[in-house]
Amino acid sequence: MDFLRQTLVIARKDLRAELRTKEAINASLAFALVILVLFSFAFDPLEEQTREMSGGLLWIVFAFAGTLVLNRSFARELPNDCLVALIAAPISGGALFLGKALANFVLVIAVELVSLPVFGIFYNVHWTSRIWSLLLVLALGTWGLTVIGTIFSALTVNIRLRELMAPLLVYPMLIPALMSAMKLTMDLIAGKPLGGEDQVWLRLLVAFDVIFTALSLVLLETVLVG
Amino acid sequence: MREKLIYGLGAIAAILLARNLYSIFMQLPDEASQGMIYRIIFFHVPAAITAMLCAAVTCITSVTYLLTRNLRYDAISVAVTEVGLAFLAANLVTGSIWGRIIWGIWWTWDARLTSALVCWLLYAGYLMLRHAIEEPTARARISAVFNIFAFADVPIVIFSIKWWRTQHPQPVFWGGGSIDPAMYLTAVLNLVALVLLAVVLSLIRLRQEEVQREIDSIRRYAHAV
Amino acid sequence: MNAVAAEGVWKFYGDYPALRDVILDAQPGACLALIGRNGAGKTTLLRIIGGFSRAGRGQVRIFGKDPREIETRRRVGWIGHGISVYDELSALENLILFGRLYNLPNPHKSAMEWLERTGLERVKDGLVREFSRGMRQRLAVARTFLHQPSVLLLDEPFTALDDRAITVLQRLLREALAEGRTVVVSTHQLREALELATHVALLNRGKIAFHGERTAQMVSDPGWLYAHYDEA
Repeated sequence: MDFLRQTLVIARKDLRAELRTKEAINASLAFALVILVLFSFAFDPLEEQTREMSGGLLWIVFAFAGTLVLNRSFARELPNDCLVALIAAPISGGALFLGKALANFVLVIAVELVSLPVFGIFYNVHWTSRIWSLLLVLALGTWGLTVIGTIFSALTVNIRLRELMAPLLVYPMLIPALMSAMKLTMDLIAGKPLGGEDQVWLRLLVAFDVIFTALSLVLLETVLVG
Repeated sequence: MREKLIYGLGAIAAILLARNLYSIFMQLPDEASQGMIYRIIFFHVPAAITAMLCAAVTCITSVTYLLTRNLRYDAISVAVTEVGLAFLAANLVTGSIWGRIIWGIWWTWDARLTSALVCWLLYAGYLMLRHAIEEPTARARISAVFNIFAFADVPIVIFSIKWWRTQHPQPVFWGGGSIDPAMYLTAVLNLVALVLLAVVLSLIRLRQEEVQREIDSIRRYAHAV
Repeated sequence: MNAVAAEGVWKFYGDYPALRDVILDAQPGACLALIGRNGAGKTTLLRIIGGFSRAGRGQVRIFGKDPREIETRRRVGWIGHGISVYDELSALENLILFGRLYNLPNPHKSAMEWLERTGLERVKDGLVREFSRGMRQRLAVARTFLHQPSVLLLDEPFTALDDRAITVLQRLLREALAEGRTVVVSTHQLREALELATHVALLNRGKIAFHGERTAQMVSDPGWLYAHYDEA
């Protein structure tokens, strides 16, 4: 299928370019670790309460650190005017969006997977008890984060003050996804299985992902071309 | 023609508001548990409903702009969004005042107030985005897409916050908030008045936006020559 | 059928018309030089022709089809102000990437071929960010021709290129025209453009002031067109 093939071409290109320089992913990782340390001053890691809400803290770390990677998504096409070449290329807007989103997803998940053990150590949290459910929540939540971050990177690519604008616009929109991910993560870290109430959060997260992925696939071309 | 519409609607809104204010303050008795302050509900709830209507209207005009590329729809989008934001702010402020009087706290994270706050942030983002784009056609297109995303998020936000609050109950600001049927009429009339007010303000803002666009294009002409 | 046709194209920035009722066309095998002062609307028009921008009114047709259609995009090549290649990738990687995006049957082979034709085969594995300016420009030219486009759109190509790159580009353009491909080049550097051109269009403040065949007089006295058709 042409669409899939071109999506992978774009995804591989982004990943290769990023892994050559590692600028975004290093900054993101450093940022994640710094926030984790800072939070330990704000909330005493030894307190039982902190441990209970640490799942929520984790997603704040992921959202902030992830945005560093996501903002660069379309911004990296600006030097040398590469964006024009991508728009001119015979690929659909959907393939361009999906390719970039996939690459972003891989990068952000990588940062998260490195942050998790560090988080476990700093906050003395046992996060492996429900590892598969946790990874599912990680994937669904990160996809929501990635989709919004990627499309907004495209929205703001030609705007002045892009670095300021994109986060300002992204975070309010992410609130439902972050809430769901936080709640599910908190339960899973506490060792509880995904119960009845949690099903609602899971479905909310999936609905969020589906709706905004669909919107982004359809609207990317309008955003970039007109 | 539009001026007559503005004055006409404005007059109706003013009369309705005057009638309602009289009714609210002079005729209706104090509520049993809350005293004076409950009267604020006549503004708090209609303001939220008006803001919701504004959000729906701007979503429609944003989609229409993308389909027709007629800048008139973009002007309506920004005018109605600004008015909607103002009403939503009124909703937040009246809610906060009510909470201060009744509960002694300026804010609580109850479901409705929190949803209103998040929606306010969403649409404030729309205005900030517009400020960052100078070229009118690009600004119209980009902000229209953003508006669609924002409106798609609104129901998800409301639902998710409500579900969160059923699991983490907080003092609910309205404690049930049911209105005595005797007051229904006043409440509905106030809603009509506020909606008319929103229409008037939108029309005024729309006129201003279109004049601004004319000035911008004249300026471009002047620079080109 | 026209290779490129603009039919009553208007472009608005807000209410200001940057392009006004532009009508022009180019036959297959023609080289159309789009000239005009800075701010006349050349880049705007070219971007609409290439499908990177939407016309406010009117339409553009490339071989009778909308420039945004995927099949049409495959037949169009673009070179603009930037080189449109990635600094973090090598020359070869860049060309293979575009080869894959354009669905070439053997991207690696095409990439190597064009590296040779632009004199870059010895630095094929070097990262673009380490290239000299001339090398980057030649790679941009390679990228443009890689997928054998039927229509070439060039936005002020001679401004950014050094002498060696200009020579390479002119040679490639002549070969392309001999093969029956179509070229639309926008420029305010008249000499190089008018040498290659078969037709000329003069854009003045968004309107086409002149559209016709290139004459010997234009080549010998490039300012003649401006003197006769351009408003002050």
